[in-house]
Amino acid sequence: MSNTWVIIKRELGAYFSTPLAYVFIVIFLALSGALTFFMGAFFERGQADMASFFSFHPWLYLFLIPAVAMRLWAEERKAGTVELLLTFPIPTWQLVVGKFLAAWAFIAIALALTFPLWITVNYLGQPDNGVIIASYIGSFVMAGGYLAIGSCISAVTKNQVIAFILAAVVCFLFLMSGVELVQAFFQPWAPPFVLDAIQSMSFLSHFNGIIRGVIDLRDVIYFGSMIGVFLFANAAVIDLTRGS
Amino acid sequence: MSSMISIDGLTKRFGPFTAVDNISFSVGSGEVLGFLGPNGAGKSTTMKMVTGYLPITAGSASVCGFDVVNQSLDARKKVGYLPEGAPLYGDMSGLAFLNFIAEIRGFSGSEKKQRVDQAIEKLQLQSVINKPIDTLSKGFKRRVGLAQAILHDPDVLILDEPTDGLDPNQKHQVRTLIKEMASDKAIVISTHLLEEVSAVCTRAVVIAQGRIVFDGSPEELSAKSPVHNAVTIKLTADATDGIKSDLQGIAEVDRIETVNGGNSLLVVPKDGAQIIEKVSLLVRDKGIEVDELYVERGHLDQVFRELTLSA
Repeated sequence: MSNTWVIIKRELGAYFSTPLAYVFIVIFLALSGALTFFMGAFFERGQADMASFFSFHPWLYLFLIPAVAMRLWAEERKAGTVELLLTFPIPTWQLVVGKFLAAWAFIAIALALTFPLWITVNYLGQPDNGVIIASYIGSFVMAGGYLAIGSCISAVTKNQVIAFILAAVVCFLFLMSGVELVQAFFQPWAPPFVLDAIQSMSFLSHFNGIIRGVIDLRDVIYFGSMIGVFLFANAAVIDLTRGS
Repeated sequence: MSSMISIDGLTKRFGPFTAVDNISFSVGSGEVLGFLGPNGAGKSTTMKMVTGYLPITAGSASVCGFDVVNQSLDARKKVGYLPEGAPLYGDMSGLAFLNFIAEIRGFSGSEKKQRVDQAIEKLQLQSVINKPIDTLSKGFKRRVGLAQAILHDPDVLILDEPTDGLDPNQKHQVRTLIKEMASDKAIVISTHLLEEVSAVCTRAVVIAQGRIVFDGSPEELSAKSPVHNAVTIKLTADATDGIKSDLQGIAEVDRIETVNGGNSLLVVPKDGAQIIEKVSLLVRDKGIEVDELYVERGHLDQVFRELTLSA
């Protein structure tokens, strides 16, 4: 486990060694704030909760998480440092997990910095803090799902821009499969189990469950297995693309 | 001399293309093996397989007795590797990078500090150690890469073009370092600088199109040159037919070539025989005035071309 920790330290350091990390955090905070107050009508709703904040996260993450994930492997492949990394006496899975956890921790930092909003809600009214904590956990776990997809796709290419776009597209598919528009498209002709399957694959359906304040084991298992499957695929992609 | 690296029938195919074709050799402790060959001959591919980066198509390789496929982690612990082009994390400072490498190699606390300090000292990186690697000159980058490879004092060092892009002073420095470390390690360096082979290597392996075309000492390599042990005579005046026929009279002389517009003669022996003594005696006896008289060691360039083009 100490190897993974060494990788996490280096990767986190790499995020903060350039201004990019700070730019990302600022954009995340500004965007999530703007969406909450303007699109989400935080004040006009007249309710002491953070639903208008969290409900935009699936859409916000659609672009921001691929941006965090794109460099994870593509940069290593481009610079050739992947050759160093893969010849260190460390199993590949520890590298994959280390990089993933570092990026996830970075997102956790960005998410944690939204705490003033939580304070504001508590100042203005008596929100159900249990729901808010559940929502934070849900948002964080969902971010992990997006991130695992992004990390896996980052290993496919040397080009970070391609990694970003591909990851955004794949995340979009997972997001959209829960939207009513897509469901309505399948409803008239697809058998119910296909409909269920499509809906159950969606980030949105599982996340909406959590932000209502219900941490259902199924939702947690869903995001957990998304992370597991894509990190497993990530390691496989790395082995397949060695030397190319 | 025990075998630290042994490669047996190693083969790598990329689709229909065979990059490395059934290569076998072993390297013992104390050996510095110069791995020669034109670009694309399969030098780097072979090294990448031995270090565990590339999967092996056929054959096997082991490092210190550990198979690089089945006991990959144990094998990798024994190896210090400088990949081609010395890739590094440009955003880190040299010190942060070496600390990272030390931690990856399992060192901590005072031992980590000691290892890092040693590596910095050996490669004389003190002056740049706190600067981001991206801002360093090519020579310093290469040296940071070397520091990374030797940090854990590995039994086996695999260096892909360690002196590529360095100036003559830096080349000398790196070669001195390699020679210093050679006594208790097995070192493989790839290069296409032939002077490097005679300067640091105890053994040369030449590969072309994925096959070994030569395996022997650097002396044996230069002995393959057709002009090995030939004698060059630079005459004060232009060469006359008389001098040529006198030289041709020596039994071991195969032929005489006129070079550099007439006043230099290249006396080529049969089968690389030693003829300098007889030639110099003849020059003295006949009273021929010469400016220079020396033995050719054989042009490695020429040997290299012949070996690799005929393959």
